[in-house]
Amino acid sequence: MQDITSAIQIIPLEHYVFLCVTLFSIGLLGVLFRRNTIIILMCIELMFNSVNLLVAAFSAYHSDPAGQVFVFFIMIVAAAEVAVGLSILVMMKRNVDSVDINLLNRLKW
Amino acid sequence: MTFLFYLLSAIMVISALMVVSTRSPINSVLALIVCFIAMAGHYILLNAQFLAVVHLIVYTGAIMVLFLFVIMLLNLNKVTIPTKTSVTRISAVITGGLFFLVMVAATRLTFEIHPRYPFTNQIGLVSEVGKTLFKEFLLPFEVSSVLFISAMIGAIMFGKKDESKKL
Repeated sequence: MQDITSAIQIIPLEHYVFLCVTLFSIGLLGVLFRRNTIIILMCIELMFNSVNLLVAAFSAYHSDPAGQVFVFFIMIVAAAEVAVGLSILVMMKRNVDSVDINLLNRLKW
Repeated sequence: MTFLFYLLSAIMVISALMVVSTRSPINSVLALIVCFIAMAGHYILLNAQFLAVVHLIVYTGAIMVLFLFVIMLLNLNKVTIPTKTSVTRISAVITGGLFFLVMVAATRLTFEIHPRYPFTNQIGLVSEVGKTLFKEFLLPFEVSSVLFISAMIGAIMFGKKDESKKL
């Protein structure tokens, strides 16, 4: 327990920021890069989680328990989003028999 | 301890890159599970034990299993979808890299921590999080259950077979 406390004090907060920015960029890259809808959903999860980790890190460095509750709420919203997103994916597979995101381009123009 | 931080960070970044780069969706899900377990390790390093356990249960235990079930039930593991055009892929890489550069440049020197509370390592424990959750955030906690109900109903309505309307 004492070691864990010193870990918060040793590692600078900037390193958490860099890590989370890196993960968020990878998630953004995946959303733009892939055509498979299920992988796009997973990249959105990755972006959610990088932001979650950053909020938790700020909360730990500020010794403020409200940040941890915010992370909890973000997890709730992410779970609801995944449930709806996956059901949309199932409906898309059923209707157009593919999970290619480029087939759903009618709202694009 | 510092070594553990960098080890977990390297595992996370490498597995996140594997999520984006592998062809098969099953491999992407497995790489994302590795990434999430490493993230639970990060939560433990931050002494956020409640969040670590909730993260393992919710993400690795529920959401990723849901992804795997959808992939297996819909038989999506065949690699049939072509990749995007090379112009789109190059511009996607440029966009991601530019976003990374801008965020790093914007956040590089801006953090001066002036904590409002005296330093303690007890905030991530279940009792502290529970006290905050059920005292200050009781109403949002109850409202989130309404959000869950509506998400469940929405998922069921989307998932129902509708023969009359074809896309």
